[in-house]
Amino acid sequence: MISTMECAADAQSLISISLMKIHNSRTQRGGIKLHKNLLVSYVLRNARQVYIKEKYAEIYRMQQYEEVMTVCNEIQELNPLDLDAEDAEDEEQARSACCSAEESLCGAACHRGAAQPVAHARTASALFGCSPLEDGSKEPDPCYYRSCCMEPSPVSHCDQFTANSNMHCNKTTVLDLDTHVVTTVENGYLHQDCCCDALQCGQGAQSPARKRKVEFGCCVSDVEDVSDFTAARKRAKREDCCYSNLDYTDTSNISNLISIFGSGFSGLLSRQSDLEQICSKQVLASLGAWTRAIVAF
Amino acid sequence: MGEDTDATPTLNHRGFLPDHNYVTEADIISTVEFNHTGELLATGDKGGRVVIFQREPESKTEPFSQGEYNVYSTFQSHEPEFDYLKSLEIEEKINKIRWLPQQNAAHFLLSTNDKTIKLWKVSERDKRPEGYNLKDEEGRIKDLSTVTSLQVPVLMPMDLMVEVSPRRVFANAHTYHVNSISVNSDYQTYMSADDLRINLWHLDITDRSFNIVDIKPANMEDLTEVITAAEFHPHHCNLFVYSSSKGTLRLCDMREAALCDKHSKLFEEPEDPSARSFFSEIISSVSDVKFSHSGRYLLTRDYLTAKVWDLNMESKPLETYQVHDYLRSKLCSLYENDCIFDKFECAWNGSDSVIMTGAYNNFFRMFDRNTKRDVTLEASRESSKPRAVLKPRRVCAAGGKRRKDDISVDSLDFTKKILHTAWHPNENIIAIAATNNLYIFQDKLNSEMH
Repeated sequence: MISTMECAADAQSLISISLMKIHNSRTQRGGIKLHKNLLVSYVLRNARQVYIKEKYAEIYRMQQYEEVMTVCNEIQELNPLDLDAEDAEDEEQARSACCSAEESLCGAACHRGAAQPVAHARTASALFGCSPLEDGSKEPDPCYYRSCCMEPSPVSHCDQFTANSNMHCNKTTVLDLDTHVVTTVENGYLHQDCCCDALQCGQGAQSPARKRKVEFGCCVSDVEDVSDFTAARKRAKREDCCYSNLDYTDTSNISNLISIFGSGFSGLLSRQSDLEQICSKQVLASLGAWTRAIVAF
Repeated sequence: MGEDTDATPTLNHRGFLPDHNYVTEADIISTVEFNHTGELLATGDKGGRVVIFQREPESKTEPFSQGEYNVYSTFQSHEPEFDYLKSLEIEEKINKIRWLPQQNAAHFLLSTNDKTIKLWKVSERDKRPEGYNLKDEEGRIKDLSTVTSLQVPVLMPMDLMVEVSPRRVFANAHTYHVNSISVNSDYQTYMSADDLRINLWHLDITDRSFNIVDIKPANMEDLTEVITAAEFHPHHCNLFVYSSSKGTLRLCDMREAALCDKHSKLFEEPEDPSARSFFSEIISSVSDVKFSHSGRYLLTRDYLTAKVWDLNMESKPLETYQVHDYLRSKLCSLYENDCIFDKFECAWNGSDSVIMTGAYNNFFRMFDRNTKRDVTLEASRESSKPRAVLKPRRVCAAGGKRRKDDISVDSLDFTKKILHTAWHPNENIIAIAATNNLYIFQDKLNSEMH
């Protein structure tokens, strides 16, 4: 019987439905159905594109509003033009860092022939319902969503809690699909990690990245990481306030999930739409500290 | 065209309890196939069993029971298996059955599940030897002292027994799920296709197969399409076609290269950008492809349409038939309940003038390519009494003008889907699989093909 419930055709609900389908496919008899999961990933990609476009448009609107307010309300200590130039510079850095980080992540991850199921790898691949299948001695086959795992443990390791509170950062909830452990990060101190002390937070959030780096054997230079965090700090400062307006119930969970899965969709993202990719990366970056740690990785 | 179809008694060969809505999942029919003469009809189910029906020869004494199909043989083709290396259970569901052309008294068919293809021999035994010297009638060894003379055993008639034995097992050649098998017109080779690869086998050799198509990308992250169906050309043993999840068809020539990754022809209809939605990729995925009997055309089925392609025109299909376009506005709900992933099959009639495919609510549709008329019929116990003429059905949009007996889109039962249909190679007889029931309809008035 067709469901009589009003189908929420908006991007967010489609994303959560798609993720549930991928998750459920793990336990289905007969193994992972490659065809069905591929189709679900297309829906996920489409919904994500729409969602990110909407998000970006909203952020852009908020930025415009903010700039206007800044000019109108306060005595200018900083020349607003300088602020933009500074940001533009950081954006450039972030862009190149993002792109090359992404590229190297994918490029490195593709030949993970020997990257056998370490616990992290299993979590990562398990997110998309893959079990590490082997094609003879080749790389794990259906593990094509090479996204990083959402380990709750890095969260707890990051205990850089300073008073520089971005009070608008709210809770971040992460669900580990393997252990079904839900971890909630209070008050978004992850944001603070990235915002305040770049070095400390860099190390804090980077340590899981480094941990994974060792396991995956990816070669991502530290330089890129640092510049990423610098950019993230600036961007996070400017954009955190807009999140106070967002509904943080399901939305935050979904946005975090999106950002975490974001790095794994390189096969589906058109490589020609670089600008869109860059923009989406920027939005991804601003969505949560998790993203920073992962994209920089 | 279809309005004069008679309904023969429905053949429920499962233990279906009419009082309950409960259907054992193992009884769900997963494939239906006539043999080359139409005398035999094979069905496979999710429980790994194959049931073969045989058409009764026409009898002069009972003219009305001529040509009915009765159970001929039942056997367990595949069992559930466990791949210990990958910790995966391999389903026993029969994905496809294909008959071999008959070359002697026995019949041969290929049946496949997700991983293993088997060749079965179906033969009849109606005589048995009697009069052994050393054994008695029950088979016990005789006491030699009682044997006083020698006799020659003779063959005596016995009740017909149908024996089925596995002659070949073609295993360990597919990493992904096998979705199609197709016997070549040379009657010596056949191919099996999974999501990413197609292998060519010789019917007599089980320990070796040749990979002829491989679309697996070097980096699985770059995967964008999978193979959904494949079939050999009915006459040219070097040609075959395979369809993809992106809605494309590729015709390949095995004479060109050992590995047919490069297609000879690519059949693709450009996407209409205005019709783009979240589900565009899903509904454009081809679920079935069939050559016409003439070998001139291709019939494909995607979620909402059936298309006829001319082998000589790659740019767009020759004809497009809307099977259930009223579902276009319901794609989101169908995605939620997984119905959007249903894989409908399609079929040609013997003269390639009519195509048939299934839909929801136990409806199936036929399209006459010449007259451009189409009909929707229902396969259900309530609406098809034996010998009754099937009544055409109509689905109207919700809130639209409704005639009597019309069904509104919102009342369609999406759990009743007709995924598998087959058409007799010569006559107007069709087999429709509706979940766990098999319906066979004959067009008595127009039994010859037009």
